[in-house]
Amino acid sequence: MSESGIIGTSTWRIVGRYGGLVIVGILVLFPIYVTVVAALKPGNEVLNRPFLPGPVTLEVLADAWTQGRMGRYLWNSAVVAVVVTLAQLVTSVLSAYAFAFLRFPGQTLLFVVFLATLLVPLESTLVVNRRTVDSLGWLNSYQGLAVPFLATALGTFLLRQVFRQIPHDLREAAAMDGMGHLGFLWSVALPIVRPTLGALGLLAFLTTWNQYLWPNLITTEEDMNTVQTGLRLLSSSVPDVERFNVPIAGTIIAALPIVVVLIAFQRQLVRGLTAGAVKG
Amino acid sequence: MTWKRSPSELLPGTGRRRDVLLAGALLAPSAAVLGVFVIYPLARAIWLGRQRCDALAQRCRPTGWRQYLDVATSEEFTQALLVTIKFAMLTVPSGVVLGLGLAVLADRQLRGMAVFRTVFSSTIATSVAVASLMWLFLLQPSRGALANVGWIQDIFPVVKRPGLLNDPGTALSAVALSSVWANLGFTFVVVTAGLQSIPRDLVESAVVDGARAWRRFVDVTLPLLAPTLVFVSVVLVARAFQAYGEIDLLTAGGPQPQASTTTLTYLVYGRSSLARNDAGLQSAVAVWLFIVLLVISVAQLWLLERRATRR
Repeated sequence: MSESGIIGTSTWRIVGRYGGLVIVGILVLFPIYVTVVAALKPGNEVLNRPFLPGPVTLEVLADAWTQGRMGRYLWNSAVVAVVVTLAQLVTSVLSAYAFAFLRFPGQTLLFVVFLATLLVPLESTLVVNRRTVDSLGWLNSYQGLAVPFLATALGTFLLRQVFRQIPHDLREAAAMDGMGHLGFLWSVALPIVRPTLGALGLLAFLTTWNQYLWPNLITTEEDMNTVQTGLRLLSSSVPDVERFNVPIAGTIIAALPIVVVLIAFQRQLVRGLTAGAVKG
Repeated sequence: MTWKRSPSELLPGTGRRRDVLLAGALLAPSAAVLGVFVIYPLARAIWLGRQRCDALAQRCRPTGWRQYLDVATSEEFTQALLVTIKFAMLTVPSGVVLGLGLAVLADRQLRGMAVFRTVFSSTIATSVAVASLMWLFLLQPSRGALANVGWIQDIFPVVKRPGLLNDPGTALSAVALSSVWANLGFTFVVVTAGLQSIPRDLVESAVVDGARAWRRFVDVTLPLLAPTLVFVSVVLVARAFQAYGEIDLLTAGGPQPQASTTTLTYLVYGRSSLARNDAGLQSAVAVWLFIVLLVISVAQLWLLERRATRR
């Protein structure tokens, strides 16, 4: 780097890159920025220079909270997402352990059937699932929202892959010491898959929280909406001109919990998002 | 201790029988859920697809397997399939290229890069409902933020009359725009992870001059990144075919009567959809959706396979 010319070009290169990053960053953030600006203005100010901040009020957010019943719907979404996440982790660990450490007749066939369920798009099953949930009397209920998603073949598959990397000698040694399968699962296998569980858990939580079609299909009572279907209700209610930005404010309330979750679990995020890589 | 031996080595005995019982108990929860809510509904939908039902879906009568052909050749279905393919072509290539572009742009050890990475992945925090309502606010002709800015109206009159979401020519592209934006965070994060898994020394020496850097990117980085890009495309294609929320919230399948944004999934579940009130027709379209996605998955697997064997 003794030649000043080279230093010069590389400096310009860095400046250029920062310039590119800033411009692209502004473009990506633009819809979020405009939404935040609109949510903080009184309704009649929103279309007066929509891209610039104006008089700030928290009234619209407060309106969205009460009129959109966001407290209730956030709670519903949280209950369903937490239950589904924990249940998927448990059911996946159990079935993955059976596939990895036990031998039973029809094992290969059953595993293939599990994998095959990954090829079935959710949207192809919901017509019948709605009828099933209806006949169980689970419309407008937490069971209806959660039970169809309590297990996933993706989790089973991924955890089985990790379990299979555990050396055979380890299980044999444990068995020699009189450790049963459940003891081995709890004290040896589970700690090994903890990072995978974190990634799977985050993926399950995000997927469930973001669900839109299924809660729409089985929810008719206002009380049982999730945040996502609640937003739909809020936006379809006919607001007066003064308060037409209330649904816009609702989106911010709906997104905030996920922002917090993503910040808390950012280490799990990449693994979670690429977990489906095996899904072909 | 029998767990690692092949089945032929195993003799019937208490140890083995206990393994089988344990396996049954461990597998029961997953098998029950997958059986009742994935396998049964698919099988049942295949069966229902040959029936016509009344509006309450209580009484159905069989019309025969021909119904699948009738549905597939109906104008509504072919139109929806065409719209879905257009939607995938509007969202997938642009989504992959933009995600790749952002990831490459942010792939340098520079001060403050963490901030830019956070910004680029920010759309992960938006659900389909959140993202769609944000874009609805931007694009609405009457009270939208973009449609009511004077100079934008001057350049693109369509944003106000009739509005991007209300013009049959632009509605699908407008929905696609919202969709691409909402998926950007996902593509960026995954491609960035892919870039970081490429050995540095292979790429680092590329920063000599612009022309050679570009060649190196095309010759070295892109091939190594191919599996990641294929994965991202697979996910985006599936999302395009399963798109529902953005269409429900932005256009409700319209503008009518052209049904310019009625995709296959929207044809099954949409509020304004013809099939919505007939579980038989609904099932037939849902099964076709499964078949189409299956064909695409197999094609993509085959592509991956061919790439793998070529190495």
